[in-house]
Amino acid sequence: MAGLATSFGSGAMTNSISEIENAELLFLIGTNTTEAHPVIGYKMRQAARKGAKLIVVDPRRIELAEEADYWLRIKPGTDIPFLNGLMNIIIAENLYNQQFVDERTENFAALKETVGKYTPDYVSDLTDIPVEDLYAVARLYAGTDKAMAFYTLGITEHVCGTNNVMNVANLAMLTGHMGRPGTGVNPIRGQNNVQGACDMGALPNVFPGYQRVIDPAARGKFEQAWGVPLAGELGLMIPEMFDKANSGELKAMYILGENPVLTDPNSNHIRSGLDKLEFLVVHELFLTETAAYADVILPAASFAETDGTFTNTERRVQRVRKAIEPLPGKTNWQTMIALCEKMGHPMSYSTAEEIFLEMASLTPSYGGINYTRIDEKGLQWPCPTAEHPGTPYLHANSFVRGKGLFQSIEHIPPAEMPDQEYPFLLSTGRILYHYNVTTPYSAGIASMWSDEYTEVNPEDAARLGFVSGDIARVSSRRGEVTTKVTVTDRVPPGMVWMSFHYGETPTNVLTSAALDPITKTGEYKVCAIKINKIKEHIHE
Amino acid sequence: MEMVSLSINDIEVEVLAGTTVLIAAEQAGIHIPRLCYEPDLSFLGACRLCVVEIQGMRNLPASCVTTVTPGMIVQTHSPVVIEARRTILELLIANHPQDCLTCEKMGDCKLAQYCYEYGVKQSSLQGERHNYAVDDSNPFIFRDPNKCILCGKCIRACAEITGKNNLDWAYRGFETKATTFYDVSFGESDCVFCGNCVSVCPTGALTEKQMQGKVRHWEYQKIRTTCPFCGTGCSFDLCVKDDQVVGVVSSPEGAVNGRALCIKGRFGWDFIHNDRRLTTPLIKRKGCFEPASWDEALNLIADRLSEIKVKHGSNSFASLSSARCTNEENYLLQKFTRVVMGTNNVDHCART
Ligand code: SF4
Ligand code: SF4
Ligand code: SF4
Ligand code: FES
Repeated sequence: MAGLATSFGSGAMTNSISEIENAELLFLIGTNTTEAHPVIGYKMRQAARKGAKLIVVDPRRIELAEEADYWLRIKPGTDIPFLNGLMNIIIAENLYNQQFVDERTENFAALKETVGKYTPDYVSDLTDIPVEDLYAVARLYAGTDKAMAFYTLGITEHVCGTNNVMNVANLAMLTGHMGRPGTGVNPIRGQNNVQGACDMGALPNVFPGYQRVIDPAARGKFEQAWGVPLAGELGLMIPEMFDKANSGELKAMYILGENPVLTDPNSNHIRSGLDKLEFLVVHELFLTETAAYADVILPAASFAETDGTFTNTERRVQRVRKAIEPLPGKTNWQTMIALCEKMGHPMSYSTAEEIFLEMASLTPSYGGINYTRIDEKGLQWPCPTAEHPGTPYLHANSFVRGKGLFQSIEHIPPAEMPDQEYPFLLSTGRILYHYNVTTPYSAGIASMWSDEYTEVNPEDAARLGFVSGDIARVSSRRGEVTTKVTVTDRVPPGMVWMSFHYGETPTNVLTSAALDPITKTGEYKVCAIKINKIKEHIHE
Repeated sequence: MEMVSLSINDIEVEVLAGTTVLIAAEQAGIHIPRLCYEPDLSFLGACRLCVVEIQGMRNLPASCVTTVTPGMIVQTHSPVVIEARRTILELLIANHPQDCLTCEKMGDCKLAQYCYEYGVKQSSLQGERHNYAVDDSNPFIFRDPNKCILCGKCIRACAEITGKNNLDWAYRGFETKATTFYDVSFGESDCVFCGNCVSVCPTGALTEKQMQGKVRHWEYQKIRTTCPFCGTGCSFDLCVKDDQVVGVVSSPEGAVNGRALCIKGRFGWDFIHNDRRLTTPLIKRKGCFEPASWDEALNLIADRLSEIKVKHGSNSFASLSSARCTNEENYLLQKFTRVVMGTNNVDHCART
C-alpha cells in the first residue's frame, strides 16, 4: 500500500483483470497467481497461450513458470537489486520511455544514479539470475508497447516490502507502462476485501477514502458528519498494538474476524500480548486460536448471512447478498450497532445500504456508487458522481499525486539469513486449497488436504535423509513446529517452503519479528531455520 | 459493422455479419436446442441437435457452426428438422442409463428436457450399453461416465477456462470417452477441482457431490453474491433451500469471472454450516467459556470498555478489523473505534 501511494498517489491496483486477456506482456514478481488468485491465474495462462509474453520471477517453480517465456529463479530477498539491474540495462541501452519520463515523472536523475551501480554482473551475483536472462528480460519488458506488472505478498512481505513495491513502480514508469489499458502496476490483494477494508479507513492513519486523520480539514469533515470530536494523532498499527499489549499500555481490544495468532508473524509475541490484555472481545465465526484468549466472544454472521459489499483487487465494488438468516441471530453490523447504542451512541441504520450510503457521502471515490448501480456488474472506483461510469485503469493522464515519483532504492538484505546454526532459508505462502483461516472449516477441502507439507529440495533431502511423508521438526530462533515433508524441486536447494493455513502447524511461530519500517508488515517470506527428521514416513 | 439480413421461420432478421444461425435465431427469440454449444467455449459442432433446414442446402447443417449469409432462408422447427432431432435424441438415450428418478441432475438435465420437448420416451433402438464404474474418488465431483453424451464441453472448459487440460478424448468408436489422461479417476489426475467442467456438463455425467441427495434443482433459490475467499471477487449464486445453503453454481454473467471459479469459491461454502460455528455469545468465567444471551454479553462489553476508557484513556483500546468482512462492517468498526472509543487505533491484518 504505502509504496504505490508514495510513487503514484494511490496504493490500489492500477488496471483491470479483464485487460489480462489481451495483454502483450505479463510480468509476475512474487505472485503465485494460479494458487493464490486462481481465476486471475486462469486468465494469465490463457493470455500466455494466446501469445502474450510471460515473465515469472519466483524462487519456486510455480505453476505459471511452466508457461513462461522466462522464469527467473531469483534468490529470495533480492528483488531490489534485480529490479535495479533491469533498470540499469534499460537506461544504459536507452530503451526507456524518454517522453513519459520527461512529462509524467520527477526525480529521474536520482534513480539513474542509484541504478547505475547495479551492473548486470553485480546483480547476477546477488540474485543468482544469469546475466543473459537479465538482458533478455530487460529488453523484452522495455521493448514491448504495453506490459502489465503483477505482485503480491512475495514482494510486500519483506523488511524492504515498501521499497520493493516502489521499485516495481519505478520500472513501470521508466518504460511508460502506465496509464493505458494493458499496462500498470498491479498488486493482487490477498483476502477478498483487503481493498475495501483499506478504503473504509480500517487503518490507523486515515478515515474512509484515505482522508488523513492528521489533516484538520478532513477531521473537521468527519467530526461534523459524526457529531463528536475526533482524535487527531495517528493510531497504532498491528505490531505496535501487540508491543503495547505486551508492555501493558494497551488494555482492551476488539477483534473482528481475524486470527492474528495463526496469520501474523512471531505468533508467540501475539499470544503473550493477548494474554496480558485486561479485556478482549473477539467477534468470530469459530472458536479460533485467537478467540480462545477472549473474555467475550460474539458469534459472527458469515458472508451468506448479510447484505453488504466487497471491493475486489481491481477496485470493483460488488454486492454481497443475504441468502439465509444469520446463524447467531444478528448480522455483524447489527451487533456493532447494538454495542454502540449500549455505549451511549445510538446509530439509526436499519439496513446495510444505509451504512453504505453514509460512507459513500463521506468518501469521494465512492460518492457515485449505490446498491442499485452495482446490482449487476459492480463499479470500479473512483466513481465520484452518480453519472460517472467508474474507472477501469488509474493515472490515465496524470498520476493521482500529479507527477509520478521515482524513488532510488538500495538493496537491503533480509534481516535474517541462513547461517551455520540455522542453515536453511524458510519462505512461506498460500496454497491453492486454502484461504487463510476459513477453508479448513470446509469439510470437503479439509478432508483432502488436512496437513501442512513442507517442501524440501531433493538434494537437501538426500543429504538429510528425508523422503516424502517423513515428519520433521522445523525450528528457528523464535520457535519450532512439526510438519510433514514433501521432497520436490519446486524449491531450490537451501530453501524450505511452508504455508500457514493449519492450526496444528502454526508456521508463524517461526517467522521473523523483523518488520517493514513503513507498513509494519511482517517479514513472512524469509527467515533462517533448521530442519530435523523426527519420524519415518509410515506406509499405509 | 456489416449487417446481414436473413429470414428465420419467416421472420426477417438483421444481424452482424459473422453471426451463427443459432445466435441469429436467439436474437429473433427462437431457441434452437443444443447440447455441445456453450457461448463461452469454442465451437465443436458435435451433437448435431441444433440442425436446421436452410433453403438450397442439401443436408441439415448444424446451426451453431453455420454463419449467416445474406438472404438465407432458415427453418428451425420444420418437420424434417424435428424428425432429425428426434433421431439424435433416440440414439443418445439408447445408450443412456435412464435412472432419472434418482439422478442428481434431474430438473436441470438438458438431455431429459429435450427428450421431453420432442416426445422421445424410450429408444426403439436396443443397442450395446456401457458399463463404466462411477468415479467417486473425491469430495467434490461425482462422475458417472455412463451418462456422458460426448458433447466435449468438459474438455473445452478445462482447457479454455481453467487451462488445466486435465481432460481429453480417449479410445475410439463406441468406446470413446471424455476422461482424464490415462483414464484415471479425478482424484488421481491433475485435477484442481475448480468444477468448471461440472458447470457446463448438460447431463448427470458430472455433478456436484456436495449437493447429492440434498436438493432437487427446482427446489433451491439462487442468490447472487461475491466470493469471500480471495481478492479476485468472483460472482456466483448461493443455492438456498429451507434457509440452508446447499450449493454454489456459476453462470456466464459473472462480472469478473464469467462462469469460472476455483475450488474455494465453488466448493468451500460448506464452512457456513460447519457444526463448530458459534451461534451464541460466550463469556469466559473462571477460564471457561459459558453461553450467554446477547444482552448479557453486550452489556458486559459496554461496561468493561467504558470503564477501561475512563480509567486508562481512549488509547488504551485498539480494534482489529477484517479484510474478510464487508465494507459496511469495516466502516462501522472504524467508526465505533473513532467515535465511541475516541482513538485511531484501528487496523486490519492484511494491509498489503
Ligand atoms: S474440475 Fe477443473 S481441473 Fe478438474 S477436470 Fe474439471 S475443469 Fe479440469
Ligand atoms: S462429461 Fe458431460 S460435459 Fe463432458 S463430454 Fe460428457 S456429457 Fe459432455
Ligand atoms: S472463486 Fe476462487 S478465484 Fe474467484 S474469488 Fe473465489 S477464491 Fe478467488
Ligand atoms: S449444439 Fe450445435 S452441434 Fe451441438
